Order: sequence, then structure tokens, then C-alpha cells
Amino acid sequence: MTHPYIPNAEPGVRAEMLAAIGAASVEEFYAAIPAGLRLDRPLDLPAPMASEHELVVHMRGLLARNTDTTEALSFLGHGCYPHHVPAVCDEVNGRGEFLTAYAGEPYEDHGRFQAMFEYVSMMAELLEMDVVNVPTYDGYQASGTAIRMAARYTGRSKVLVSGAVSADKMSKLRDFLAHDIEIVVAPVGAGGEIGEVEIDETFAAIYLETPNVYGVVETRGRELADLAHGAGALLVVSADPISLGVLAPPAAYGADIACGDIQSLGMHQSYGGGHAGYIATRDEERLVAEFPSRLFGIAPTAVPGEYGFGDVFYDRTSFAHREEGKEWVGTAAALWGITAGVYLALMGPEGMRELGETVLARTRYAMDRLAAAGARVLHPDAVHFREFAIEVPSAGELLAALRGHGIFGGVRLDDRTLLVCVTERHSRDDIDRLAAAVQEELS
Amino acid sequence: MSGHSGESFAELPVAPKPPLRRFHQARWDEPIIFEQSRPGRRGIAVPAAGVPAVELPESVRRAEPPKLPEMAQLHVLRHYVRLSQENLGVDQAIAVGQGTCTMKYSPKVNDRFVNDPKVAELHPLQPDDTVQGVLEVYWRLERMLAEISGMNRVSLQPASGSAAIYANIAMIRAYHASRGEGRQRDQVITTMFSHPSNAACAKTAGYEVITLMPDENGHPDIEALRAAVGPRTAALMITNPEDTGIFNPRIEEFVSLVHEAGGLACYDQANANGLLGITRAADAGFDLCHFNLHKTFSTPHACGGPAAGACGVSEALAPFLPGPTVEFDGSGYRLDNGRPQSVGKMRPFLGVTPNVVRAYAWVMALGAEGLREVAETAVLNNNYLMHKILRIPGASAHWDGGRVEQVRYSWQGLFEETGVHSEEIGVRAADFGVHYWTSHHPYLVPEPFTLEPTESYSQEDLDEYAAILAHVADEARRDPEHVRGAPYNQTVHKIDQTSLDDPKQWSPSWRAYTRKHLA
Amino acid sequence: MTVDRPARPATPRPPAAPAASATSPAPPAASVPPGGGDLVVGLIVNPVAGIGGPAGLKGSDGPDVQREALARGASLRAGDRAAQAVRTLLARRPGTRIRTLAGPMGEHSARAAGADPELLRLLPGDPSSPRDTTAAVAAMKDVDLLLFAGGDGTARDVLDGSPSCPVLGVPAGVKVYSGCFALSPATAGAAAAEFGGETAEAEVVDLDEEAYRRGRVGPRLYGTLRVPAARTRLSGRKVGSSSAAPGSAEGIAREVVARMRPGARYVLGPGATTMAVGRRLGLATTLLGVDVVQDGELVAADVTERQLADLVDGRESHAVVSVIGGQGFVLGRGNQQISPAVLKKIMASGGLVVLATQQKLAGLGGRPLLADTGDPQADALVGGHVSVITGYRESAMYRIRSAIEEFSA
Repeated sequence: MTHPYIPNAEPGVRAEMLAAIGAASVEEFYAAIPAGLRLDRPLDLPAPMASEHELVVHMRGLLARNTDTTEALSFLGHGCYPHHVPAVCDEVNGRGEFLTAYAGEPYEDHGRFQAMFEYVSMMAELLEMDVVNVPTYDGYQASGTAIRMAARYTGRSKVLVSGAVSADKMSKLRDFLAHDIEIVVAPVGAGGEIGEVEIDETFAAIYLETPNVYGVVETRGRELADLAHGAGALLVVSADPISLGVLAPPAAYGADIACGDIQSLGMHQSYGGGHAGYIATRDEERLVAEFPSRLFGIAPTAVPGEYGFGDVFYDRTSFAHREEGKEWVGTAAALWGITAGVYLALMGPEGMRELGETVLARTRYAMDRLAAAGARVLHPDAVHFREFAIEVPSAGELLAALRGHGIFGGVRLDDRTLLVCVTERHSRDDIDRLAAAVQEELS
Repeated sequence: MSGHSGESFAELPVAPKPPLRRFHQARWDEPIIFEQSRPGRRGIAVPAAGVPAVELPESVRRAEPPKLPEMAQLHVLRHYVRLSQENLGVDQAIAVGQGTCTMKYSPKVNDRFVNDPKVAELHPLQPDDTVQGVLEVYWRLERMLAEISGMNRVSLQPASGSAAIYANIAMIRAYHASRGEGRQRDQVITTMFSHPSNAACAKTAGYEVITLMPDENGHPDIEALRAAVGPRTAALMITNPEDTGIFNPRIEEFVSLVHEAGGLACYDQANANGLLGITRAADAGFDLCHFNLHKTFSTPHACGGPAAGACGVSEALAPFLPGPTVEFDGSGYRLDNGRPQSVGKMRPFLGVTPNVVRAYAWVMALGAEGLREVAETAVLNNNYLMHKILRIPGASAHWDGGRVEQVRYSWQGLFEETGVHSEEIGVRAADFGVHYWTSHHPYLVPEPFTLEPTESYSQEDLDEYAAILAHVADEARRDPEHVRGAPYNQTVHKIDQTSLDDPKQWSPSWRAYTRKHLA
Repeated sequence: MTVDRPARPATPRPPAAPAASATSPAPPAASVPPGGGDLVVGLIVNPVAGIGGPAGLKGSDGPDVQREALARGASLRAGDRAAQAVRTLLARRPGTRIRTLAGPMGEHSARAAGADPELLRLLPGDPSSPRDTTAAVAAMKDVDLLLFAGGDGTARDVLDGSPSCPVLGVPAGVKVYSGCFALSPATAGAAAAEFGGETAEAEVVDLDEEAYRRGRVGPRLYGTLRVPAARTRLSGRKVGSSSAAPGSAEGIAREVVARMRPGARYVLGPGATTMAVGRRLGLATTLLGVDVVQDGELVAADVTERQLADLVDGRESHAVVSVIGGQGFVLGRGNQQISPAVLKKIMASGGLVVLATQQKLAGLGGRPLLADTGDPQADALVGGHVSVITGYRESAMYRIRSAIEEFSA
């Protein structure tokens, strides 16, 4: 049988094509590969599924061994969040015209350019910044690149990084910045926010996250912006855009670069497969010059009333500082950008505000309920968005016990600390159920 | 008496189709989404809190609501469906024109697996025993890629091909550092026609980059390599076949020279589609390699990602793999974070899971024999298309000799004669419903275009594509201004891009546009 | 800021015309109307350019050669090529005004292309001479761009006239090794039509025709001209690409300076790229001469061979040279001050560093760089492979041979 994915494997076609070329066999095309490098046996791979039906059965069998977060009650977050994904998001990003396209010109792929332009434009409104990039891989990469941009912009090579950052992200930053940017870690204050910090004129930036790894909303953004600017440094803030219907965007308190992950805006958790990163700045030529990623903009066409699109400031390469600490560009996460645009268009300003208010309220409610259930809630006086940490006698034991209740109770930060995540998907009953189970297991 | 009265103006049978498709791209003349907003409309409802509200201190409270569009659900959907129709995917087009990108069919059934809540609704930090299915997919795909490359271990963490190149560089750096040679080995050698991300990633990681230029035959100059290697050599980062489609027959010697100098050899296998089951990275002595799952292993390009990369390494490099790795103890799968020499995290969590699942399903649909058929057919298709393209007057391929899975062609002859650029040929070709891509750096081949037909396209598809290019080349001779005036059959007409490079005018967002041009 | 353009027509060339592989952004000339507006283009044709080529005379310089060529049955083709360029220009930018000289130095070509040219009040001799070209350039005021048809000799004449605007050569000569030429008449017309004011610097090189006829190919650098900066006309904007920057003279200079060792002397050969090294150091080095720097100071400018021999004596010294012309010469052409004796001292104490963009190397089509100091022993010292700095923290390892070996092979 000719394989359904390979039309020209059909022997008659193959023979006809070989004859047209004047080749005896496909072996002729491999003449440049030395015999010693040729694999002289078939690859040792599992037998293939002979039909689509058998493949479906095989895959179902494998995947049935997963318990997903619609089956268990999950309070897992820590960088990947269970927000509701509107059906329209799935519908749009599932369309083959988007899903199977790549990077055509702004003519035959006009739709992609417009959709991406609209995504960055909606992010720009949310962030109150004029320039937003086409998505990079994820929030980790966005943070690393934003810090590199600040270093190039200032010509400096040291950065003060908030200590309230996840260990995994810190691992990425250490590797990515390793060879030429020194990381100084800022202490975490008792209240869960960044502690007292100082910088001097050797620092390129202060890097802050809000909400931070403990779900704490940083309240001293303006003070940190003033501190950074006073030393000729930039303030770089990583903020989850889902929070910005209610929380002030970083630009409002003086941040120079905003960055973060957009998984919350319409992407499924997908075992970590729904990530994409954003980076935003004000419309200042020198800052724009430091973006390693593409920027899409409106351009007129030969016909009045038509919007064309293209790359803004594409040739940013002649700026001397880009030659140092230069970054690569490649296929990243465009479809998630389009999806986030759909999400923001569906939500509108009111939806984003309501969602933010619901998450704030339910987070506080969960904190109160778990405190009442016997857990020690950390940083109780801070404003929390979506996550908070609790201290228990044994994080591992509690999580294992909660499993017995059909609950993934949170992410273990250390032996005694758990991070609990609450979104609009968690009803009051869900939270009460968690609290009851915690109370039962802690008592 | 029939109701179809009036004079007949057409006859049966319907005439045959003309040689070229009378394509027209969708033209919805769609406004920008902000222009469709009307205050008070909503696209989706959000659960109300149902518990006491939280008052935010002023320092963190948003002052003004974001100026997002306000639209009903149908209208959001309709807008985006229209935009999707103004786009060309592999599902609609003969996508052989984006060379180096390996645009192949992404089987629809694989999308079903990833849309299943058993993948889509998994949190990456769930207990291992609740994700045995997905861990098994990771583990099995790792083993299959290890067999395909001959490598010892494979990490599926990197988010793309370039991210995989960077992960390989990070491992190379960690390897030399572990041997006390991190400072000394500060140079990476690459070749002119290796993918430019090899040089770019090496520079990002702090390396000085030495490039080997092609010799008269289009092969990287091995004597130059001999002169370049030494105690400062960290690694050779090389693509083979290179982006010209030419396979470097002396690749084993390249690897040996680098090894003799104490460096590592790293194989960019972005162009692996013609080599599956034919030759393997490990057999040429490479220490590291990477694949692009969105190229060779069929996961969709998604307008530019999410993609996925896979890094294969030898046993000596395995301790440095990004963490965690997936381990199998004979009965179950677990995540192992206990690798003290690991380079750490390259991205959040384990990898781009949906694409790992798709790639796994794709290999399972083909098996060893199928993969070889993929490779052979991709190479056959490429040589068939080359045979047709080189018969178009004004088109050429730069160096003589065979090509594997793609070709970097040149319109130099046509350009000198007509002044029509490759880019302009491409825009006009799109009027017939196809993509076309010139090339990325290096711009060594004049007026380049790069075609890679993969195994997915039929002989008829290849004939059609070649006929389109022949037609446009002919137009360029007869009426160059017509070609330069393209597009004609697209969503929009010719774009004036000059404002995009002017800081006073450029508008990278609607916000910037309204401020600069509508205020 | 050099514009690289390979020499031999058979070798790969940069994509656009003239391909500015190493352009730096220059402020747009405000007077130039952006694409579409009325452009004023000057046109100067050297009617006898190229006449010696088909006749096997390896050049067309000098009245004797031209007479000889005509006697051998050569025809005048520069005028036709100029007309072809103007035809493309007018097709792409209707409304462009052509300003030129009466008769075969421009008017005939302009009219053949359908233009109604404005004529300068300047009557060239018959036959015209290099002086006519130089005078025409000087008289060409208030034009946005000057097109000239000819070869390297004509480019030198244009240079001598100190043009007040950017120029672009329509290749019509036997020797077109200078960077100021477009790839073909049609592409010259196209580039002129696209001109929006951004310029780059291009080197004017020429061969000594007498030596060339005797079989010695020896380009010399005469100076630089401003030419339109070609857009990189490539849809290289796809997501799957690192935007690898074409190396710039500034990046190359930065790397050279970063590699400089304290106490060592650096001999900077002629050329725009080596001049950028001086600029990076803040030193007034010369474009056409050989200069010596050490520890950020200018030790001597525009030195003679004898001075140089003393300056490099008994201390670590390095030669920093660029590729002059399209054949790949790095030693013995235009930098004869770096004599065999000097080179021997340099190679004994330091070494040779070559500066070139990747594009320029690519233009050699795999052929080696060439050394021709006149002393095979000295040439052999640099034979093999040399590190060519192509950008900041970027280099290529490239083959270099003695010219005698290469041409006798």
C-alpha cells in the first residue's frame, strides 16, 4: 500500500519521475554520502500502526494512563495556570489555515500578519506600552531577553534580580546570562515582597516580578523605578497579563520593559506546552533597536482603505551594541499570540476586570479558608493574585494525603512549603473542598 | 418547460481547466479589530467571585480600563475566521516554496490527540504516577530519536530548532567547563551555509565564531578547518546537507579534525528529512545533534510556532542534558531532576508536549520502512523539481553536483536581463496560490530562492509549482513592470513599506498608530 | 563603510546592485524625493568605454588603444548600455528628469531611451576624453543621482571630478572591478529608480592597464564614491531565521582593535575598512596610504617602504590589510610599502590579518586571497590559510596563495 502521507511513494509515479530525471534509482541522489556512513540495516523502531484506527487505539491506550485536571481537583500553578479557555480560542487556533501555515509574505499570509498585529495591539493596550513583540518561546525567555536588552541599552553587565522568582526560571536566567551578565539576587522581605535593595551605576536593571513566585503583588514598583532611573538603570518587570484588568500595568509605575508569559490568555496547560513570552517597551528608537524579535506594523497599500502589514525597523543590525550579546531569532510561539489576541478580544476591558476581581477575591477566600483549616498562610498581609504559599508540617505528606481526596493540592516549594493556585475555574465549593480535606489531614 | 429561460451563454461540457490555476486569495477587506468595537458588548462571560471582593491599594490598582475591543462572540469568531481564510497553510497550498522549513503534511489525527483533555488538561507538575501516559510518550519518542540519530540520550525540552542549537551550545560549554577548559576553549567553528542560528547561538553564549567559506564545489573548505582548529576550539557546529542542499562527503574528517583538537562536533539536523534511515549523526562521530520536530517530524508550523526541538547527545555529554530527564525503571516512568552537571532549564517544564505527542504519533504511523520512504521520496521530489526548475531560462543552481532534500537556486540570469528581483518573482508567484521564499543569510547566492518539496507533495503538485515559476519568469521578460506591480490576486495590494523604518511614522501597535496618525 | 563587489562576471555576486553588504545607515539626503517623486538624474556616458574588451586589448584607456580597437572592428556599446539603464529607470519611475551632455556623452542614450533630456552647457571634445568626463561631473549641479556608463577608468575620472551627489555606474567597460557599479544596465536603472537618499561608500579601484596587458593583474585603490545603498531585497524575514547581520566595517574595526596587543605595532594598509580601524581608535589614518599605529597612537601616517622597514624593525608587528578589488589581492597591490623585506619582519614577529566582509569573501567564488609582493619567498610566508576578520568576534579562515602560483597553475 502506498502510504497515505507519501503520494509519490506509489511505484508507478516513482518510476515516471526517475525516468524524467534520467536517474536509475534514488540511490543516485545519495551518491555524495560515503558508503561507510550509510546505515546498512533498517532502523530499529516499533512496528508502525497499519491504519489510522489502530493509531487512535494505540494513542488512546497510552493517554488513558493520564489523570487530567478535569478529573482531579487541581490547585497546581507555579508558572502554568488553569484558566478557562474559551471555545473560540480553540476554534481559531485549530483552523488549518493558521495551524499549518508558516511565515509567508504579508500578501498570501495577510491574515497572520493582521492577527499578530492585533495581538500585539491588544497587549499594548493592556500594558499601556506602544511596542510589543511577536511572541518569543515563553516567559523565561522573555525575561532573559528583556534583561539582555537592558544590558545592551545601558552598556552595563549587572542586574539585580528579585529573589521571589521560581527556581526553574532562575536556572534558565543563570544559564542564559551566564557568560557576560552578573546576577545579583535581591532578598525577599518578610511580607513576601522584594526586600530593601540598593544599586549603583554599574547595574543595567532591576528585575521584578509581579505577582511574584509566592503570588504576592509587588507594591513598591514606583520606588524601584525611581531607584533604577536614579542610577541610570532600567526597571524590567515581569507581569502576568491576566492580572492587568485590575492591577496597574508596569508602565504605570515607571517600568521601562515589561515581559512575561501569555499562557494564561487562552492556552491550555497541555503539560507545559502552552507557553509563549511577550516583551514590551515604550516607543523609543533606542529601546526598539534592542528587540531581537520581530515587530509587526501597519503600512499603507496602493489602494486607499487597505491595511497592509510589515516588519517594523527590520534592519536593526547595524547598531553597534547588537553585535555584543546578540541573540538568535527563530520559530517561537506565534499561534499562541494569535490565540491570546482572540482571548483578549472576547474578554474586553470588562471581562478582564471581572476576571481579575474574581481571582483576587477567591485567592483571598482560599487563604482565609486554609488558614482556618490549620495551615499557616505565608505573607498573609500582602495582596495576592492567584497564588499563595502555606506552611505545613510536611508538604509531601499533605500532598499525598490530598491525592486520596482526588485533589492535587499544590506545588511543593520545599519540605514544609506548598504553593496553592486558585483561578476563576475554582468555585467556592472547590475551595471549601480543599479546605475541608486539608483540615482533615492536618488535624 | 423549464424555468431556466433566456439565451444560453455557455456550453457543456465545461471546458478543461487552463494550465495555471485562476487563484484569488480571500479578500474580506476586514477592518482592524479595534474598529469593530462597541462599548458594552461582550465575547464571553466570567464567573462572578461569589465571595467577598478584595480592595486593592491605589499603588497597584489599575487606573484606567484597558482599551480592548468590545465585541459579541460571533463577531470575534467571524473576524478571526476571515483572517484565517486570508492565510495559506499546508492544508491549502503547495508549500514547497519555503526551503529549509520542511513544510510537510501534519496529519489531522495527531491534532485530535493533543486536543484531548488527556493532554490539554494536564498540569506539568502533576505527580508522576498521574502522567504515566505522557511520560511514556516522551520516553518512547526519545528512544526512537536516539535510534534515528544513533545518539545515547535525547532531550525534548527545547522549544524550537534554534533553542535546541542553543541547548547544545550550553551543554558544550558545561562539558568544557567540567574539564577545566571552559575559559581556554572560546571559539566555535561553523560553515557559511550552516543555518545562521548556529553562529548566532554561539555568539549569544559568548563564543567567538569562525566561519568556513565554501570552496569551488560549494563544500566547506576542510583545509580551512585544519587551520582553524586548536586548543581554543570548543566545537564545530555544522549543518549537513547544508542549506544549499549539498551533502558534505568529508563530514567524518571534519569531525575527526575537531576531535583531535579536543573540541566537540555538533550536528544541526534541521535538514534531516532526506536522511532518515539513510545515515546517522553518531555514525559520523558527532557528539551532539538536534532535530526540529516541526520540520522533519511533521508537527505543524503554526504561523511560526509553537515548535519543538530535540537534542541528541553521546554518552559523554548525557550528564549535561537539560533537566529533568524521563527515566524508565522497567515498570514505570519518572522525572529525574538529580543530574548535578545538568545545564538546567532551557524552558519551563518538560517540553512542548503537544508537539512531542504529534511527533510520536507520526513516527508510529510510519515505522522504519515508512521513515525511509519519507527520506527517499523527499529526495526524489527535490531532484525532480530541480530538474524542472533548471529548465526555466534565467534560473540556475549555484554549484554543480547532487542535492539531497532542497536546493538554493538563483535568478541571477533573469535579474541581469530584466532587473526583476527574486523577491518580486515570489510576490507574483503568490498570485497563483503558492508560497515562495528567497533565503536567509548568507546572501551569497545572488537573487536566491530556496525550494524544499518534502515527501508530502505529488508529482502533479511539483509540476504545477514549476509551471507557475516558469510563467512568472516569462512574464518578467515580456513585461517586467507587470511582475513588479504584483500582487494582483491577494487580500491586499502592493504594500508601501517605507514608513516601517521611520521612527516618526512606524506603528508597531494600534495604540502607536492612533497616536501618530489619527490624533 | 565599503561596498563590496566581486570582480569576475562569472563569480557569484551580491544580490542587489550595487550590493551594499557592508553599508551603514547614512542620513538620507533630505533633498531626494522618496520612491515615486520626481528625481533628477545626471547621465554621463564614456562612449568609448568597453571598446577594447572584445578587441582583446584588456582595457580602453588612451586614444591609441581606442583607435586600435576601432581598427580591429570594435563597436561602441556604452551608449546602448546607458540607454538600457535609462529605459528601465523611466519605466520604473516615470517623471524622472535626465540631465546630460549633448551628443554621444549622454544625449543620444537618453533620447534612445525615450527621454527628453536637459542638456548641460558644456561641449565635449570629439572624440571625448577623460577630461570631458571630469568636467561634466564638476558641472553636474542639483541632481539627485549621477549615472555614468563606463568602466573603472571612467569611475576614476568621475572621482576626479568630485561629484556633489551620489553616483552609480552602469557597467560598460572592460574592467568593472570598482564597487560603484551596478550588476547590469537594467539593474542600474532599477537601483536608480529605487533610490531614496540612503547611501554607502564604494571603493574605486583600477588596474594599471600597461601591467595588465603584460599579464600582471594589479588593482589599485583610488578613493571612494558615495553610491545608493541597496536595500537587501530579500524576503529573509521569515521567522525561522536568525538575522545574521552582514558584517560592517565598524564591527570589523571593533574586532581588530579588541585584538590589538599592547606594545605591538599595527601596519594599516589602504582602504575604507582599515580606515574604519583608525576611526575606531580616534586616529587620523589615511585612506590611500599605509599607516602605523601602536597602543592607540598614530606612530606614522602614509609611510614609505623605507620608513616602514624601520618602524617594524625589532618589535612585534602585524599587517592589517583589506582586499583590494575583486581578484582577492591583499599584498602587493596598492600597498607596495609592505615590501618583501617588511613582510618578512612582520611575519617573524607578528602576523597578517585580513579584513573583509563575508560577502566580499563569498564574491571570490572559492578562489584564494592573493599575495604578490614580488618575492616568492616572502609570499610563501603568508601562504596557506589566514584569519580574515569579518565582524565583531567573527572571523573566517580563508585560503591565501602567492599570485604567481595561482596564475601559473
